[in-house]
Amino acid sequence: MAGPRYRAAAASLLIVEPLDMFTAVFHRPSGVTHLLNEPAPQILEALADEALDMGALLARLAQTYDLADADGSAVLQARLAELEAAGLVERV
Amino acid sequence: MSAVQTLVALLRDPERADAVDPAHWTEVLAVARAETLAGTLAHRLAGLALPDLVAGALAEARIDADEARRTALWEANRVALALRPLGHPVILLKGTALVAAGLAAGQGRGIGDCDILLPRKLLDHAEKLLVDAGWEWMKSDPYDDLYYRQWMHELPPLVHGERGRMVDVHHTILPLTARPTPDAQALIVDAEVLEGGLAVLCHTDMIVHAAAHLFADGELAGGLRNLWDIHALIEERGMEGLKARAARHGLSSAVDRALRLTHAVYGTTVPPRWQRLTMIDRLYRRRMMARDEWGRERHKTLRAVFYIRSHLIRMPLPMLIRHLWIKWRKGKAASGLG
Amino acid sequence: MRHRITLRVGPVGFRIGSDWHALIAALDALYRDYPRPAFADYSVRLEAISPWRRWVRPSVRVAGDYWLADASPLPLAQGLLAAEMGMNLQVALGHRRHLLLHAAVVARGDRAILMSGVSGAGKSTLALMLSQRGWRFLGDEFAMIDPDTGLAHPFPRPVSLKNESLSLIPEGYRVGPLLTGTPKGDVRHVAPPAAAIAAMDQPAKPALLIFPRFGFPAALTGLAPTETFMRLTQASTNYVAMGESGFQALTRLRAQVPAVALDYPDGEAGVAAVEALWEAL
Repeated sequence: MAGPRYRAAAASLLIVEPLDMFTAVFHRPSGVTHLLNEPAPQILEALADEALDMGALLARLAQTYDLADADGSAVLQARLAELEAAGLVERV
Repeated sequence: MSAVQTLVALLRDPERADAVDPAHWTEVLAVARAETLAGTLAHRLAGLALPDLVAGALAEARIDADEARRTALWEANRVALALRPLGHPVILLKGTALVAAGLAAGQGRGIGDCDILLPRKLLDHAEKLLVDAGWEWMKSDPYDDLYYRQWMHELPPLVHGERGRMVDVHHTILPLTARPTPDAQALIVDAEVLEGGLAVLCHTDMIVHAAAHLFADGELAGGLRNLWDIHALIEERGMEGLKARAARHGLSSAVDRALRLTHAVYGTTVPPRWQRLTMIDRLYRRRMMARDEWGRERHKTLRAVFYIRSHLIRMPLPMLIRHLWIKWRKGKAASGLG
Repeated sequence: MRHRITLRVGPVGFRIGSDWHALIAALDALYRDYPRPAFADYSVRLEAISPWRRWVRPSVRVAGDYWLADASPLPLAQGLLAAEMGMNLQVALGHRRHLLLHAAVVARGDRAILMSGVSGAGKSTLALMLSQRGWRFLGDEFAMIDPDTGLAHPFPRPVSLKNESLSLIPEGYRVGPLLTGTPKGDVRHVAPPAAAIAAMDQPAKPALLIFPRFGFPAALTGLAPTETFMRLTQASTNYVAMGESGFQALTRLRAQVPAVALDYPDGEAGVAAVEALWEAL
């Protein structure tokens, strides 16, 4: 069964300022500044252009990051929930 | 002219800004801030040639209003997301509704809590959904909690744990203890649906609600701001059907008084029957305009009278006495501890 | 209000009203070199807490356009402190034209050092000592960063020195009365040099950001970008209220200006360390 698909908030709604291991993201609709660390900025990047479900997102990230073990999926789920609550990611 | 008179005159007729001298501007700003009308004033005066320093101070009020708007719309968005499982649009009230609907009354307006209206039968479910989504109860006192649920027209206020913003969930626009009983069903059925699971009251209900709020649900503090909402709503979209709608909600006298006052204070376009003030209206106007040039409230006796009156309006007398008695006992207990 | 004065500090005009003439006279003396504009951005009220408390154990409540509901009143003898709190409150809660950072600022030419820290970090004392050594004093409370230009605008109000710092008041500086037994201990206000007040409309470009800490063994630590970013957001009273322009101003400052944390045991060592950092830029 295919789960929900996710998409990042439109690029025009975000100001992204890479710092070091953290990235500062200003979210225009809420006026909130988020400090994100790996893999959150990478999730936003992967979901910037197209909506993906969990499986596709995991596969996309696994190409560049070491997430593919059993924990990877759980970590991803948790980060995704946080990003959704913050409004940085939404379900489509 | 007093500072509050100048404030009202500038809201009515921005071109008069030319004639205000710098020292008087200081007083007008103090009064505008006290009445939470600084952002509205800044929007009304936008584009006019003003002294640089005055323009700078007004620009700050505009920044504040823009942030208030942003925060309010985002909060509405989050509330709608949390309440999506209800399958019913979230009806925004007051300031949030004005900005969400893009109305002139919302320009520059300060906005406090997120007030929403839902059918009464959905309230328990809504409360559960909000708590699941990170909102928390603020009132821990069992008496207050019971009072809210039983007699007020809302759930006890919920505050979001992370954003610190408050949502007030109403099922009608006046407390059940108040004597007029608005037709909550009609408010909900005739609401205008917006995007994103949101809705606002229909135009005439917005005016009725603003009038009810002005007289029945408060102490008339901040009355000039609430009256401005009514003025701007009428100037933008007229008042067709308002009389019948007010009657339907049992709020004709509040709406009539609001119309007479908004005409007298802001020069709102209304038919002749609302163009004359009664004796009591004059008292209300005096109460609304009671600020000195430092933004302080004047006429303390008049204020006390209005406080008792506003409590009377909200509750029948025996209940009022019970409420004040419990409040008083709690006050004694608290000061005894301290 | 019975008595009043209007004065300007940097870009901000204040109208201050009081129930007591003596308090306005004390402000008039301490702020002698500041302009008296016709227009004020904010109003501050120094009111008696009740009519009879004008006379009996006179007690000052701080109010104004912006105020805190739970602020405790001060005895009239500490009225200058009440005035300072009232003015700070208007700026901290109302000012939106600049990003505000809790920081002392000094400049050489048109380049500035921002020294940001909590109360007690020694930033006021450092700024005052540097002002005796050829540095221009831009302020000891708020650095005001223009979001359009990134420049720091002076807000050179009088410094309030406390307790053991009182011995550091430089010769020839204008001072207010000694206020004893305030919530902050013994306090005395020191007006900046007249030249610093005369130059208070000239902004300076931030060139160095220091987070000083007084009373610790000398130590100098570089800061990672995220830590600087976090510290700046914490040092700002209006970062959130400024919205997007606050974010832009803060990230630009962070990206363009080197930042260090400086621990120092005493004033002399602090001044030497700051000047050494400046030389090494």
